Amino acid sequence: MKQTRPLMGMPITVEIVDASVTPADLEKVYQYFTTVDRTFSTYKPESEISCFNRGEVAERDLSPEVQEVLRLCEATKRLTGGFFDICNRKGIIDPSGLVKGWAIRNAATLIADAGFRNFYVEAGGDIQMSGKNSDGGSWRVGIRSPFRKEEIVKVVYPEGKGIATSGTYIRGQHIYSPFAKDREITEIVSLTVIGPDVYEADRYATAIFAMGKTGIAFLEKLKGFEGYMIDATGIATMTSGFDSYTCLPHDE
Amino acid sequence: MKKFLSSIFLIGIFSAYVISRQSLGLAANPSLVPVATGALPAAASPSPIPVPFPVPTPTPQPVPRTVPVPPPVQQGRYKNGTYTGVGADAYYGIVQVQAVIIGGKIADVVFLSYPNDRGNSAKISSYAMPILKQEAIATQSAPVDIVSGATEMSSAFNQSLQSALSQAQNG
Repeated sequence: MKQTRPLMGMPITVEIVDASVTPADLEKVYQYFTTVDRTFSTYKPESEISCFNRGEVAERDLSPEVQEVLRLCEATKRLTGGFFDICNRKGIIDPSGLVKGWAIRNAATLIADAGFRNFYVEAGGDIQMSGKNSDGGSWRVGIRSPFRKEEIVKVVYPEGKGIATSGTYIRGQHIYSPFAKDREITEIVSLTVIGPDVYEADRYATAIFAMGKTGIAFLEKLKGFEGYMIDATGIATMTSGFDSYTCLPHDE
Repeated sequence: MKKFLSSIFLIGIFSAYVISRQSLGLAANPSLVPVATGALPAAASPSPIPVPFPVPTPTPQPVPRTVPVPPPVQQGRYKNGTYTGVGADAYYGIVQVQAVIIGGKIADVVFLSYPNDRGNSAKISSYAMPILKQEAIATQSAPVDIVSGATEMSSAFNQSLQSALSQAQNG
């Protein structure tokens, strides 16, 4: 059973392969995403994050979920040499760069706790998968071309891991940016990270994309992570263990 | 057999898309910068390969018997001018664009805000680059279950551009 709904400003797809799945099971997952959006959206004036940013709630009075996310943001900032920073230039806190991966992982945990084994949750191109697809094979994930959105340029089998892609599709659209001459923006157009789970993959994909071309070197040193970076000329650079995800696992 | 059938199905959908895209000559025509047709891209697309910028299909017009004389000035869907869209959430920053309309058509789209517009990007460049495997990317035809890609950026772009263009609507 598979469904896609727009939530949190992006399409969210949930597919559960196990035969016992009912529409109510999918509903529960979307309910969870709705709650996350209501709590963390910086675009909803009534969200807890918005109230916190207006100084209406003290940090110690925040819900456990928000406190957890803020703690994780702080830890991620330290781990990425300051590249992951939820505080914008106006001093407003926006943890959405971390909330997406965190919410996908939690949604996947909800599904697993309900007893399902074969499923995936995808939000805005970031994916947590488990078990097998409807043909009983490994989940096949395509990395979308940053130049032609209808094409994929790599197929990987992340087997129970999480995968996230950060990127920009500006160049392929013949849109001109005043920042186009800035090397930091144009040199990297897409960065895909495979990590222990989608939360880990997403937070590193976000931070490392901002690092520019040297980000892949940061990723190479990171244990348990592999990455595929595409630059503006269409050349991909991959970490040394990335190839292990491009072949079908042995039990196929 | 099921895999084979589904690949044929996918190839069919993809070919149809490519043909329709080419026949419209969209890629090179700046006036057809994908103006969102309403629905958020890829939200409910039945195709497993989402297309973040859906190209609006023009409704077929009956061919008139006499060739109408085009109005000499102010042709096109939009009023000339510069219009600023709303800042839209790209989930790791804000995307805000400005649409420049000349001759009733979109002449340029300027980025006012962009998620990577960060001041501290230079300080990490001291990392020594290890020698890593490289390859030229190539289109893959193998069927996939899920696609990983940064769609949020394009949705935010669409949202901002749409709001800029709604201000520019003629009549």
